[in-house]
Amino acid sequence: MIALLDYGAGNVGSVLKAVRYLGYDAQPVDQPGPLEDAEKVILPGQGHFGAMMDRIKERKLLEPLRRRIAANKPYLGICLGLQALYEASDEAPEIAGLGFLRGRVTRFEGIDKVPQVGWNQLQVQRGDKLFQGIGEGSFVYYCHSYYGPVTEDTVAVTEYGQTYAAGIERGNIWAVQFHPEKSGEVGLKVLKNFLEL
Amino acid sequence: MFAKRIIPCLDCKDGRVVKGIRFINLRDAGDPGDLAEAYNREGADELVMLDISASREGRATLMETVNRVARKLFIPLTVGGGVRSLEDGRRLLSAGADKVALNTAAVETPEVLTELASLFGNQAVVVAIDARRIGNSKLETGKSKLENGKTKIENRNSGEASSRISNFDFRISDSSRWEVVTYGGTRPTGIDAQRWAKRIAELGAGEILLTSMDADGTQAGFDCELTATISRAVQIPVIASGGAGNLEHFAEVFVRGHADAALAASIFHYEQYTIRALKEYLRDHGVPVRLK
Repeated sequence: MIALLDYGAGNVGSVLKAVRYLGYDAQPVDQPGPLEDAEKVILPGQGHFGAMMDRIKERKLLEPLRRRIAANKPYLGICLGLQALYEASDEAPEIAGLGFLRGRVTRFEGIDKVPQVGWNQLQVQRGDKLFQGIGEGSFVYYCHSYYGPVTEDTVAVTEYGQTYAAGIERGNIWAVQFHPEKSGEVGLKVLKNFLEL
Repeated sequence: MFAKRIIPCLDCKDGRVVKGIRFINLRDAGDPGDLAEAYNREGADELVMLDISASREGRATLMETVNRVARKLFIPLTVGGGVRSLEDGRRLLSAGADKVALNTAAVETPEVLTELASLFGNQAVVVAIDARRIGNSKLETGKSKLENGKTKIENRNSGEASSRISNFDFRISDSSRWEVVTYGGTRPTGIDAQRWAKRIAELGAGEILLTSMDADGTQAGFDCELTATISRAVQIPVIASGGAGNLEHFAEVFVRGHADAALAASIFHYEQYTIRALKEYLRDHGVPVRLK
């Protein structure tokens, strides 16, 4: 079973729809038990970094999630689900992230329009698994005001005022800043790559 | 490269698309699901569905329609028309809309947009502003895309704000150039469009769908001055609407009007222009677009 971490906000419904469209069994999960049993986990974040981390903690999902990630069990973070992997975010400076990646998430500066809402291009640096079959310069749909810095685990970047992490891959821990469930054929292919893992 | 977005608009009534349709190879040219798929194939960046149903039954049909359209659509979908309450918004989002558009309700009960934004995030809240030039306008006036036919009220001479907002800051003054109108363009509100745009961004709007009531329905081009004024006043994206008649109009609204996206209905439904042709034109004129 594929678990979609449901912390009461976020775009669980549209990710669920996309996963099922691709022919996979997925369930929204808000309990530690099913989270630990799941074969794969997707964190389909949307909203506020602090609110997301608080709700994950309240539902006692934080530790099981951390354990899964540490054990290299398949994880796909979407949008806030990517940002959660860093140590912290300027959106909620007092709240710790999962700390799996070095660095902190910061707000776009020096650009007219924030949030970035719309389609931007991927510069795929390593096509290993996450971006297998995804052409250089493919457009994907973004909706965010904060971004994660490029680290050694970044496999694709996008430019919007600055260059930021668009895709992350370390072992079976994957994450994308864009919304694959809203990025047409390209997005569905990325989801499929994860589901076939 | 961050792309400017092209957004076709489907005007729906009782579960059917009501404007003329040029797609002849569809099973059913008036079916929103078929049309959504066709636009998606052509490379639309998002879709907007505006409900112009006049009846309660029509509204119920809308939920079913949104659900059906959203099931096979993997680009963003905005639904608007008669969204008056938190519950209206919640129902549409749970039926599969990614964003809901509010117009009259944003003016009359701005707390609804704040509540929606705090529950679902700013990205889910689009505020539609229908703006009309103050003073003499040589442009023909059209009708709003966002309003329910039933709620039309002829009230053009009223200078009084119908808004519950009492904050004097939004009121039109001598320097104001565009006024916000509600109820399908029939009711002047006494609110300055530029100030209102700033205010709704603070209240939680994630995007503005800006319709020029002077340009709408004319096919004579977008109101680039209005679009640029509003776009520069706020950080959130502005979707220009009203007046698209040819490919050049789109280039103008992106370059001169600083629009982040452009919305149109009849140019795609009636004319020979496909979304792909429009995007190729824009690319050739230096406007960044997403071409598959």
